[in-house]
Amino acid sequence: MREMICINCPMGCRLTVDDSNLQDIKVTGNICPRGVIYAKNEITSPKRMVTGSVKVAGGNIAMVSVKTREAIPKHLIFDSLELLKDVVLQAPVHIGDVVIADVCGCGVDIIATKEITKA
Amino acid sequence: MRKMNLVIVGGGPAGLAAAKAAYDCGERDILILEREAELGGILNQCIHNGFGLHTFKEELTGPEYAQRYIDQVVERGIEYRVNATVIDVSKDKVVTYVSAVDGLTQIQAKAIILACGCRERPRGGINIAGMRGAGVFSAGTAQKLVNIDGYMPGKECVILGSGDIGLIMARRMTFEGAKVKAVVELMPYSSGLNRNIVQCLNDFDIPLYFSHTVVDIKGKDRVTGVVVAPVDEKLAPIMDKAELIECDTLLLSVGLLPENELAKQGGVELSNVTGGAVVDENMMTNIDGVFECGNVLHVHDLVDFVSAESENAGKCAVAYINGLESCAEKIAINCTNGVRYCVPTQLNRDDNYQPLNFKMRVANVFKKVELAVFADGVKVFGKKRPVVAPGEMESINLTAEQVETLKKAQHIEITLIK
Repeated sequence: MREMICINCPMGCRLTVDDSNLQDIKVTGNICPRGVIYAKNEITSPKRMVTGSVKVAGGNIAMVSVKTREAIPKHLIFDSLELLKDVVLQAPVHIGDVVIADVCGCGVDIIATKEITKA
Repeated sequence: MRKMNLVIVGGGPAGLAAAKAAYDCGERDILILEREAELGGILNQCIHNGFGLHTFKEELTGPEYAQRYIDQVVERGIEYRVNATVIDVSKDKVVTYVSAVDGLTQIQAKAIILACGCRERPRGGINIAGMRGAGVFSAGTAQKLVNIDGYMPGKECVILGSGDIGLIMARRMTFEGAKVKAVVELMPYSSGLNRNIVQCLNDFDIPLYFSHTVVDIKGKDRVTGVVVAPVDEKLAPIMDKAELIECDTLLLSVGLLPENELAKQGGVELSNVTGGAVVDENMMTNIDGVFECGNVLHVHDLVDFVSAESENAGKCAVAYINGLESCAEKIAINCTNGVRYCVPTQLNRDDNYQPLNFKMRVANVFKKVELAVFADGVKVFGKKRPVVAPGEMESINLTAEQVETLKKAQHIEITLIK
């Protein structure tokens, strides 16, 4: 048994996880199905959303915010951030534009999360 | 002087949601005034995810959440001004603003919604002794520098306060290559969300010291370190246990203060608990036709709740513009036994019995309690909670029948049964 706090949303459900049998992990305390998925992932292969910002040239502001389209394996967080350092986008940028495709080969794209207009 | 039905002060999440709701209730004469260069407010710098699960049933970043509302405002053709700073709101509802395009402009409004958000408590607000070297920032300022302007405020930092912005910035600074040596919290608990302690501190082995504070800042030109000491049960530092932590940056995440300077100028009565206005269930202040919503009213944990509250304010402002008389008699909602405040602060003694949502905060961490609402000593509503904490806003929904009982009572009390 272990206690866990679900990080999927600001509710922060307090989960109780029975991981005595890894084939049949039992989760209680969640108020939505995401809690179960989170707890199982956390025990088998933890994942995190990564958000950051990258430079943009010729835009109304200097940086555009980005995110991984979905959570990526936790051990790839810093490798993916390292790749973002060298990126310079050209304005305009739209929400959903792919910034880095298939980051670190994990199958998840990094996409822009803000509209940037030309200066 | 230009005359308008509804002027909304602030183009952040509260102002945008209020404008959208007012439009959807049939009002077309609306103006949003925003002092920054773009709409969206503080969401623009909150680039992390976790927004929108209640409102849009999906997880968005701050800028994405803001864009959803900006799009809705633009689609409706609602008028707005950016780079327009409101400098006065008078008791007779004249709004004065300045902008480079319009110059000094006055508008006579029928209704005003104050949606001006909150500010961070600065160093001066907590009186930390020490040198005045560069390197002391509020966490939100650091957030803007990193996320929008692309500057790093420092390389080795200590964060005072474990509010959400402090926790988010601990991770953000780590992501950008800084070393976060400690997060220091005066209280024995965090005022931030649990999920942020997990994903912003625990993931990166950043130590969190409860019941500690910063007692001195070293460094003449640039911060060279901060002195951290544990505090006793009266929150007084125990100086002989103080230790120096070397760092070049101190970030302060020590509380948010509703920004009510305009409200004060306009004669709005403020609560000394929330720092925001005293409002009824229509989000109306003591000044007829002046409404408040969002973080200017009370500081929220979730922008989703700001949007919901502000849509209510927008809707009620339209009802007022359309001739709904304000109710003269108010019934105070008394908060006792660990409940610190409730919004609304009071109810109208009228016969409008609609379902209502109350938002409240507790004063301390309590386990196994029941959040209960009493009318003249009789329990009207009860909700059992395994844990309540000051950092997590509580919300209760009352039915029309329960609201009727409360509105007919002489004394309303919200309390914790332990």
